[in-house]
Amino acid sequence: MSRADSPKRILAIASSGGHWQQLMLMRPGFTHHQVTYVTTLPGLAQQFEAAPAHVVLDCNRHEPLQALRCLVWLVVRFLRLRPHVVITTGALPGLLALMLGKMTGARTIWVDSVANAETLSASGQTARRFADLWLSQWPDVARDSGADYAGSIL
Amino acid sequence: MIFATIGTQLPFPRLMAELDRLGAELDEEIVAQVGPDTTPRTALRTHPNLSPEGFDALFRRARIVIAHAGIGSILSAKSYRKPLIVMPRRHVHGEHRNDHQLATARQVETVTGIYVAWETADLAGLLAAPSLTPAQPDPGTTADQLTRRIRDFIDQT
Repeated sequence: MSRADSPKRILAIASSGGHWQQLMLMRPGFTHHQVTYVTTLPGLAQQFEAAPAHVVLDCNRHEPLQALRCLVWLVVRFLRLRPHVVITTGALPGLLALMLGKMTGARTIWVDSVANAETLSASGQTARRFADLWLSQWPDVARDSGADYAGSIL
Repeated sequence: MIFATIGTQLPFPRLMAELDRLGAELDEEIVAQVGPDTTPRTALRTHPNLSPEGFDALFRRARIVIAHAGIGSILSAKSYRKPLIVMPRRHVHGEHRNDHQLATARQVETVTGIYVAWETADLAGLLAAPSLTPAQPDPGTTADQLTRRIRDFIDQT
């Protein structure tokens, strides 16, 4: 079996709302692998028939303690799952997962939200250092930031 | 029924106050997900937030959906095939950290079934329009390229 054919463990993570919906639209890119989903709102993954799925506490840059709890939860999840690939559309929980992925040797994908039509999100800018594939969904934003552009779900 | 939804994180009182004012003159139920905003409204049936099931039920039942110019709302309107009116949150009114919703509104202004209320004054006319076209679920023309890039990257890892 070639490397391209062997199923990989994928962690697909996004906050509820627009981030999650965008990740769902990108599923044709990864559902042929063994995917575990993580989002921030109970019941959301079930609505999209995304399984197996787990709920992580939501967090943002302005609540460091909450972010730390989110990080600890993700570390435990990482130890259990040991993903080969982490893919996220943001926001902070996704960025933390991307960092953990990079530290544990996983390949990491950041797709910046299509909401950021003029500049990359703050998380997206930080993600540069941790993403093996670093995408903006806007050609102009990609050009200005140095990110790659491959298309947009909108 | 008109369903208004503005995301879970921030209130959007400028939009809700105008809907409340318009609702008093309209012969149509308005259900609004208002986020962290406890201002009493007389013409709106308000919910701070909704479960995924509650959101789904209201979206299906709505004739028109009104939302902030958030990507989640836009993608939902496309997948549920509903006409959507978006009003961008403005930094100048303290409604968001920056004006990215203005940029989003400019980008979706030409998308079928998505209408932009640039100001509260635009809402009355849009709500009175005899029929608004529903948004369509088809993804953009470059969505395939994006998912193919992701697929290739993962498969070659």
